[in-house]
Amino acid sequence: MSATRELMFDHGQPSYSEVNNDVINALTTTTWRYWVTLGISAGTALLFFVAPWIYQIIVGVGAAGMNRNAMWGTYLSNFIFWIGLSHSGTLLSAVLHITQSDWRKSIYRSAEAMTLFSLMTAAMFVMVHVGRVWFVHWTFPFPNPMELWPNFRSPLMFDVMAILTYLTASSVFIYMGSLPDFAAVRDRSTGLRRRIYAVMCFGWRGTAHEWHTLGWAYTFFAVLVIPLAVSVHSIVSWDFAMSTVPGLHHTIFAPYFVCGAIYSGTAGIVTVMWMLRKFMGFGRYIGQLHIDNLSKLLLVLSLIWTYINICENFSGWYSGTSFEYEAILYRIWEGPFWWLYWEMILFCAVVPLVLFSRRIRTNWNLMLVISILINIGMLTERFVIVASSLPRKFLPDVFGTYFPSLVEISITVGSFAIFTTLFLLFVKIFPAVSIYEVKETLNPLRRREAHT
Amino acid sequence: MSTIRDKLREYRTAGYYTEFEYHWTMAVDLDRCTGCEACVVACQAENNLPIVGEKRMRQGREMKWLRIERYWDGDYPDARLNFIPMLCQHCDEAPCEIACPVFATYHNQDGLNAQVYNRCIGTRTCAVYCPYEVRFFNWFTYTWDEPLEQQLNPDVTVREKGVMEKCTFCVQRINRAKDLARDEDRRVADGEAQPACAQACPTDAIVFGDRNDPDSAVSRKLEDPRAYKVLEELNTHPSVVYLKNAREPLAGHEDDDHHGEESDSHAASPVMWSEESSEAVA
Repeated sequence: MSATRELMFDHGQPSYSEVNNDVINALTTTTWRYWVTLGISAGTALLFFVAPWIYQIIVGVGAAGMNRNAMWGTYLSNFIFWIGLSHSGTLLSAVLHITQSDWRKSIYRSAEAMTLFSLMTAAMFVMVHVGRVWFVHWTFPFPNPMELWPNFRSPLMFDVMAILTYLTASSVFIYMGSLPDFAAVRDRSTGLRRRIYAVMCFGWRGTAHEWHTLGWAYTFFAVLVIPLAVSVHSIVSWDFAMSTVPGLHHTIFAPYFVCGAIYSGTAGIVTVMWMLRKFMGFGRYIGQLHIDNLSKLLLVLSLIWTYINICENFSGWYSGTSFEYEAILYRIWEGPFWWLYWEMILFCAVVPLVLFSRRIRTNWNLMLVISILINIGMLTERFVIVASSLPRKFLPDVFGTYFPSLVEISITVGSFAIFTTLFLLFVKIFPAVSIYEVKETLNPLRRREAHT
Repeated sequence: MSTIRDKLREYRTAGYYTEFEYHWTMAVDLDRCTGCEACVVACQAENNLPIVGEKRMRQGREMKWLRIERYWDGDYPDARLNFIPMLCQHCDEAPCEIACPVFATYHNQDGLNAQVYNRCIGTRTCAVYCPYEVRFFNWFTYTWDEPLEQQLNPDVTVREKGVMEKCTFCVQRINRAKDLARDEDRRVADGEAQPACAQACPTDAIVFGDRNDPDSAVSRKLEDPRAYKVLEELNTHPSVVYLKNAREPLAGHEDDDHHGEESDSHAASPVMWSEESSEAVA
């Protein structure tokens, strides 16, 4: 235990007051660079996401490149990508909490925020995807005078339910875990900020009873969130697997998607950690131990992911169904996106093998590159699944092709800006590193020193 | 043995129509089809299908509820062209119906696969799930040039952007025939309800009628040994039946034809209709 504690902090342990200062200063002192970055990302979001979307609502979904054969396109593949990216934050935090892994404590808050914001971005894509977004509330089972209900047999219906449940549970989880930190910010600030945080922390006083209740509720939610996270991406995969389309109709899709989701989510966490170290000055709290552990997780997930890919192609070849076999062949060799398929294999299956080396695992800059490559691979994985299966289903007479239009590409770029904007807002509202839980990991000796 | 299966079916289809008042069915005799596309034009005129123009056509966004698929047999010069008119198969176990989150598509009391335009939110899942690719999405709101809007059929809705549409078996004509029959207190007579394609077909290749009536023309067609269904192995139980093109095999293609005979004998066996064939699968 103490060995872990030593490893957690690269530059020696901070004292209690140093933790408070570091985290709360990151919240209160804002440089002009922050405002410029926020302005650029919000502007990009408006220009590349909102503007083309409004255009698409006015003229119709035909503004995108989809056609009769490929009724789904990048909107749906991006939706799956963002849902996937959301998978590691809360899940990892919850798993590490109930296994009592101390090293989670300085990274979990931003990982959970990542979950929340990528879920929101994914929800945006559902609305961009549908033809009549002004009626999208019909997917909810709300009482109405026509007594119409959603179709409970539909995997899309399961999807709406699963994502909303996950979004709610993740929000509650991150907010509840932040209560003592909001109180800490309240105690350190004055004026309007103090009043806002006083409301946000629900009047937290730090009594023994409050700590006990928080700990109990937090563990309860951690246990609840784990099956939820697994179910969400399984259900997303059923959107595909419940169809009859060759190349999508696989029983392996649920574990495939869950594994891919956690994989890309973990890579996303590594990217975000690098940013926090670089731009928010959290290098003291996020160190060698964290990157090493996350990289080991990435390595394991990449191996599982590779295995499932081999399974998928093997069963396609072994099935003897000509449709399935041709779909696989079209995907990996004959279709227009064969190079994207091999790019994804290179980035997600081959490149992560270097993580067997500890020296690479603990090199932050190299890990940034690898994590971004993995997420590029995962983004194209989703695209390849959609774009190589749908244009060729069964009847050869209507075989077609699909290529995303400018509107689709622009909205894809814009979605990253939306995510960045939300995250930039988050780091100025939430303490991005959990103050009270980092303090829990400090050595008792240092605690005494800090008080003297 | 069958009770568990029945219970499962009952559970699976709770609240859904499983027995139909009329069971509208179409038989397409490929031996008679000349590929003249009169049915395609008739469908376009009857159902207010938009004319999308050359650009949209090349983008693969044409609106043709009924299309003639062309398949070549053999190599030039020993080549032969085969036609298959492809339209919504009105499957009894339709993959599209489970997909829609808002029930915009469902199976109605006549065994028709109905599409409710007003309810559709345009997730396009039904089209992705459809193995026959006979569902068409309104990528834009299409308009008709000045005098042309005069020829729109008043019995059929004009669809707006963001809505899925497909062949309805000319439900407006079926409903008119049913209304008339109800007024006269009788069932719809055979041949009284005719979709536009069947009416327009010059060689009578398309026969339409009620499968529940054993004496109807379509029921007789179903007993033809040439009858088969497209993509039957997907277990969709389509309501459109094709009668195989029974011609001399091309020289050098005996293998293909042998394969064809196999599927022929399979189709000719009595395990053609839904319940029995599911039993056979079980």
